[in-house]
Amino acid sequence: MPITHPQDHHPLPLQSQLQTDLALDIKNLSFAYPDGRDALKHVTIAIKPGERVALVGPNGAGKSTLLLHLNGILQGEGQIRVGGLTVEKKNLPVIRAMVGLVFQNPDDQLFSPTVFEDVAFGPLHMGLDEDEVRTRVEEALTMVGMTSYAARLSYHLSMGEKKRIAIATVLSMHPQILALDEPSAGLDPRARRQLINLLQTLPQTQIIATHDMMLVREMCSRMIVMDEGRIIADDATSALFERVELLEAHGLERPDC
Amino acid sequence: MPVQPFDRYQEGAGFLHRLDPRVKVVLTALGILSNVLIPDGAWSAFLLTFALILYLTHLAKLPWGFVLKRSLIILPFTLTAFSVIFITPGTTLTVFRLGPWSFSATHAGVIRFLSILARGLLSVQMAILLTATTSFADLLHAFRHLRLPRALVGTLAFTYRYLDVLGDEAVRLMRARQARSARLPGVSVRQGVRWRGKVTGAMVGQLFLRSLERGERVYYAMLARGYRGHIYTLNPHAMTADDWVFAWVGGLSLLAIQLLARLDLLLTP
Ligand SMILES: Nc1ncnc2c1ncn2[C@@H]1O[C@H](COP(=O)(O)OP(=O)(O)OP(=O)(O)O)[C@@H](O)[C@H]1O
Ligand SMILES: [Mg+2]
Repeated sequence: MPITHPQDHHPLPLQSQLQTDLALDIKNLSFAYPDGRDALKHVTIAIKPGERVALVGPNGAGKSTLLLHLNGILQGEGQIRVGGLTVEKKNLPVIRAMVGLVFQNPDDQLFSPTVFEDVAFGPLHMGLDEDEVRTRVEEALTMVGMTSYAARLSYHLSMGEKKRIAIATVLSMHPQILALDEPSAGLDPRARRQLINLLQTLPQTQIIATHDMMLVREMCSRMIVMDEGRIIADDATSALFERVELLEAHGLERPDC
Repeated sequence: MPVQPFDRYQEGAGFLHRLDPRVKVVLTALGILSNVLIPDGAWSAFLLTFALILYLTHLAKLPWGFVLKRSLIILPFTLTAFSVIFITPGTTLTVFRLGPWSFSATHAGVIRFLSILARGLLSVQMAILLTATTSFADLLHAFRHLRLPRALVGTLAFTYRYLDVLGDEAVRLMRARQARSARLPGVSVRQGVRWRGKVTGAMVGQLFLRSLERGERVYYAMLARGYRGHIYTLNPHAMTADDWVFAWVGGLSLLAIQLLARLDLLLTP
């Protein structure tokens, strides 16, 4: 049976033609949760295409909240532009295809019964046709090395497998930016290593919110320190790792070894 | 400790396993309807239905006793219909006395009760056959592509996906409680029903809150991947010649059973 889309369903452009010199441009973003908690305060960040940026800071700093703004799930005050496109209601469908958001807990990300359905979810909801969806699922699962898992049930997978499939679920949408929330949390050393290798092969601009400072040192040339909703520092990772007192003031540690 | 309440699927390579799940779902629904429509006491029709189920069990390469054994779980439920034995008007068979009360079992009542029993058992057996030969994911596909109400299928799908996760969460909460229910040696602690009730209530509340939060995060994850109020899935199944043949044969068999049931009643005085 063909996929039937309602009348108001417009297919998204496959690849955004918009090109600017910034992959992501956040200006003066502030956000308060409905309960009044100020989670983001005047955040300004500019990221160039292809950059891999670490977002670090103690628990409750606002990292996850910031990532949820990148594709308009939360909308605060200020301006966000993704690939030159302003994050606002009318652009949301396109922006959601451009920003692949990988949630911290893969059980939240993998909500379909089978792996195939989860990876197909994004492309299907972008309005792609059946053949294209199947091609993309195959391709995304190949990229994360999980092709043989298509028919598996999401629940019966290991944490490492779930994380890789969670990444595949956004890769199938061909995003230009990957926003990963604590990708290495809960992984054993081998699964963590595989994940790092995988992320290093991906060409997308990457923003990685993490507590894993070893991962930051290995993968990200740039690091943004957040605390209490503010940007505290934004500089080259190597430079920031020299400022031990700054790191310690914000509950971070320099990896030694 | 994962709880797996749904998975009744028996991995297998029988003919029934390969059938399009839509055919199986529709035929099961029709089958249950047919059971309901068989009049009281049309034993030949009940028997024929049972023979059909046994034949399908064989086609599914399941053990002979499989559906029979599993269907016995509904016996306690059919007991709720026990009273029809006494309230259906008809010729009295025996009278039971219970203190000041007396109950008279009627002939028609017994027939009605046994018919209800047969309908229940046969219907459950059909459902068991369906779930044993169709994976839950396939069932959901069938429901979706048969245009069952979206909210219903969605709820089923999420329940299937998250029941285990929730079960794990409950187990973790329980462990945490046990870990803190320390007791000094020699000191007896009175933990009354009230106290236990309070703790359990708090735990259920916790579980509920966590589910709410999870629901919100899952919703975010769906939005992030382009969800705009409709869930689309690819239909992995296509009707083959086998499927069509089976659908027709199945439908006609049910029709035959209905005819037989009517004929049976006409011929018996
Ligand atoms: N749904 C919510 N409602 C109200 N407040 C929230 C909600 N989610 C987060 N917060 C609050 O917003 C602040 C930022 O939270 P956020 O989850 O973004 O932090 P984080 O940097 O991702 O922390 P972690 O490292 O623990 O993941 C915290 O103070 C948190 O309590
Ligand atoms: Mg977080």
